[in-house]
Amino acid sequence: MPDLRVSNFAGAIRSPNPFWLASAPPTNTGEMIARAFDAGWGGAVWKTIGEPVTNVSSRYSSIDWQGERIMGFNNIELISDRTVEENLREMAEVKKRYPRHAVIASLMVASNREAWHEIVARAEDAGADGLELNFGCPHGMSERGMGSAVGQVPEYTELITSWVKEKARTPVLVKLTPNISDIRTVARAAKRGGADGLSAINTINSITGIDLDTFVPRPNVDGKSSHGGYCGPAVKPIALNMVQQIMADPEAALPLSGIGGIADWRDAAEFFLLGCGTVQVCTAVMHYGYRIIEDLAEGLENWMRAKGFNSLDDFRGLSVRCVTEWKHLNLNYKIVARIDEQKCIGCDLCHIACWDGAHQCIHLDRVSGPVDGHVELHAIPAAKESKSRASLSFTPVTRRERAVDPAEHGPYPTPLARIPRVDETECVGCNLCACVCPVDGCITMIRADQGVAPETWDERTKGAACEVPRS
Amino acid sequence: MSTATIPAIPVDPQLRERFSELKPALTAQAAVIEADRCLNCFDAPCTAACPTHIDVPGFIKRIATGNLRGSAIRILDANILGASCARVCPVEVLCEGACVMHRQNRKPIQIALLQRHAMDAFDASGELPPALNQPNAPGAPGPASGTWEGTKLRVACIGAGPASLACAAELKRRGAHATVLERRALPGGLNTYGVAEYKLRAAESLREADMIRRMGVEFRFGADINSAAALSELESEFEFLFLGIGLGAMQRLAIPGEENAGVMNALELIAAYKTGHLRELHGTVVVVGAGNTAIDAANAARRLGAETVYLLYRRSESDIAAFDFEYQHSKQEGVQFLWRRQPLAVRSDAHGRLLLETIQVRQVDRSLLPIPDSHYTIACDLLVPAIGQSPLAHLLEQVRGVAIRDGRIEADPLTGRTANPRYFAAGDCVNGGREVVDAVAGGKRAALAMLNAAEVAAHA
Repeated sequence: MPDLRVSNFAGAIRSPNPFWLASAPPTNTGEMIARAFDAGWGGAVWKTIGEPVTNVSSRYSSIDWQGERIMGFNNIELISDRTVEENLREMAEVKKRYPRHAVIASLMVASNREAWHEIVARAEDAGADGLELNFGCPHGMSERGMGSAVGQVPEYTELITSWVKEKARTPVLVKLTPNISDIRTVARAAKRGGADGLSAINTINSITGIDLDTFVPRPNVDGKSSHGGYCGPAVKPIALNMVQQIMADPEAALPLSGIGGIADWRDAAEFFLLGCGTVQVCTAVMHYGYRIIEDLAEGLENWMRAKGFNSLDDFRGLSVRCVTEWKHLNLNYKIVARIDEQKCIGCDLCHIACWDGAHQCIHLDRVSGPVDGHVELHAIPAAKESKSRASLSFTPVTRRERAVDPAEHGPYPTPLARIPRVDETECVGCNLCACVCPVDGCITMIRADQGVAPETWDERTKGAACEVPRS
Repeated sequence: MSTATIPAIPVDPQLRERFSELKPALTAQAAVIEADRCLNCFDAPCTAACPTHIDVPGFIKRIATGNLRGSAIRILDANILGASCARVCPVEVLCEGACVMHRQNRKPIQIALLQRHAMDAFDASGELPPALNQPNAPGAPGPASGTWEGTKLRVACIGAGPASLACAAELKRRGAHATVLERRALPGGLNTYGVAEYKLRAAESLREADMIRRMGVEFRFGADINSAAALSELESEFEFLFLGIGLGAMQRLAIPGEENAGVMNALELIAAYKTGHLRELHGTVVVVGAGNTAIDAANAARRLGAETVYLLYRRSESDIAAFDFEYQHSKQEGVQFLWRRQPLAVRSDAHGRLLLETIQVRQVDRSLLPIPDSHYTIACDLLVPAIGQSPLAHLLEQVRGVAIRDGRIEADPLTGRTANPRYFAAGDCVNGGREVVDAVAGGKRAALAMLNAAEVAAHA
């Protein structure tokens, strides 16, 4: 049985599993966090504690995509609107009931040393296992000189982190904002300031959309909206990119709690593979509730079992080194697309994608006779469509008319005329067709090396800094 | 003669209840969810399968984006009777049958219901389809500019069924003048008089015809073209005559006693209940034949109240002409099937009931041999022959040289042109009885061919 326990994250934080709730509405109260722990969550980062705010209604908006709700999610909610006392009293109660779980206090106060010293002391007295400095909140709080107003300036990040470290007895995590040109600059500053770990990423500044009847962006607060923080499945690729950048940079790398669009165990595994020690989830819980923890934990365990991993450390960071600069990629690696005729359903999306979005090398010429070569040798898609539109078809009213003509149909489930064919002499191996194909495993990219030794751009241009050869 | 308006059929609550829609409309959200499922195939098989080549993914994706007006116009550009076709098309053997989803073990996209969704929204908007003056697609007939010299053209469309309506609308949308002449009181042909009410209500067929009238097509009702003189009159008023006259009365059973009062052919029965002239049936009804119209009539008899409905067919189950989904549906309606049984004679008993004498037959190759001593008499209250239809175009053959073969008008499938260059034809009178969508496709092609012919004449 794989062991999901986290024993000493950022030095001293323990939790029964690496799945934490991010500092957000699901961690608003002690009652909520207790229920989350009962459901199986390993830790919770308390909704950011600071001087209470007044929130607006509404606060959220989302992007749906092709019938799926909440592909991306946006909020303009500020930090906790409850008093510091209330939050810390409940934190102490939770900690008493759940001594083995990780309770992290997310903190945000005005940018002065005394204020930070005070809040750190109070949070630790309440029993917090660690502190997360919210330098990432991208809306509202930043207008008041807090949140991302700190996280966007490396000097402030370093300074406030060092103030906190003067006082803190528990591990200090700095939560980073992605709303900056290079996240490594702030991560390095946090490390210089003495941070024990990092959390990344916070939400991304966004306007999710505009109501086309009222012309007011969502969410609508009495006829106006505000720049929000974007999260949910849509942001995962951005988060993974930033996590990898941090973990690959020796001046920035620290124990990292990964955040950004994690909705299932596969997402979580990706963050671990890029070096995260824990992950934090919010949007998926806001969508479906705490119960998603069951599959998060089970799925990860089953995957670890299948891969032979006994602990998170067995695979943590394995993918960091698989990302490199472009100039180190092998220019002589060659793959081409291959279509499985048995699986093809004849939607021909690969054909039009290749013609209009790639390199004009997927053709519908199995019946007319395969022709390899450059674009001028082939019928263009519009001609194909016009021919179909000009054809005569009629309702087959007799059984004979409805019968399939085997001679015209060919040997595969789909009529031969509709099964596209890849011209491997022109295919550049770009993957587009495999991306658009709706059938799993129908289009695969296969090795088509031409016996040339590997060579990178870096190697090819070595010593030729001023003049690069034309490829 | 002036442009006639189209009367509405009063709503009959009993008819509405007994013939409630087989496939109710999608809700707005269900339509979007379904539209999102569509893969948006390139050169889509559904579009190719449709006789009018509606750009199916094109109109479906417009539903998904909320562009309902664009969706409806996309449909109407290919098929002006998009609303009725959405309800009556046997989509299982057309667009939905061609959907690639089948090959992924997924349900095909509900194209008909989506089309209806777009058409209902368009109808509710009260808008009319815009003129067609966009450039022609490469390879399509007609000048590349899409504008014809022949726009001063005047065409008479004889019959107000789907073929004529489609032909007239296409002509009108391209700037020509079209007049529809109809023998009956209402337009729509079989859409109004002959389609099962649970698929398409007569009122909806009339609403669609009224849209075409509002587009500027002229309608003349009660116009029975039955003499050479009437033809001459039309020829002097119009450059071309389009024949969308459908098929004539249904073939007779050719058995003794069929002139009996209790015998009513399937099309008569369907027209009678759809127009409110027949509201109830009781007892036992026997339908003879196993085509789609026979099924419609048998189902209607059940819904009108007949306790027992037999469908009697001289061949076996595997030979029926009806679509399989129609056959399955009628079994659910409670229709009972009597296979390999042939009617011999019908007479009435002392109580006014009908006694239908039948005999069991067996099939040897394609011929049917009676089985000795297998006579059986069925007592029934109504006998409904539904064994195919036969066209009536003999007048045209005799006086205008329009060629007829096997009872059908001979016309070029691509242009609808008949042996007489001033006469074009499409629909059931040419194809012997297919679907509404086939008639629309034929009418549209004939319209383009007439515009082309006028163009050629103008440049001659």
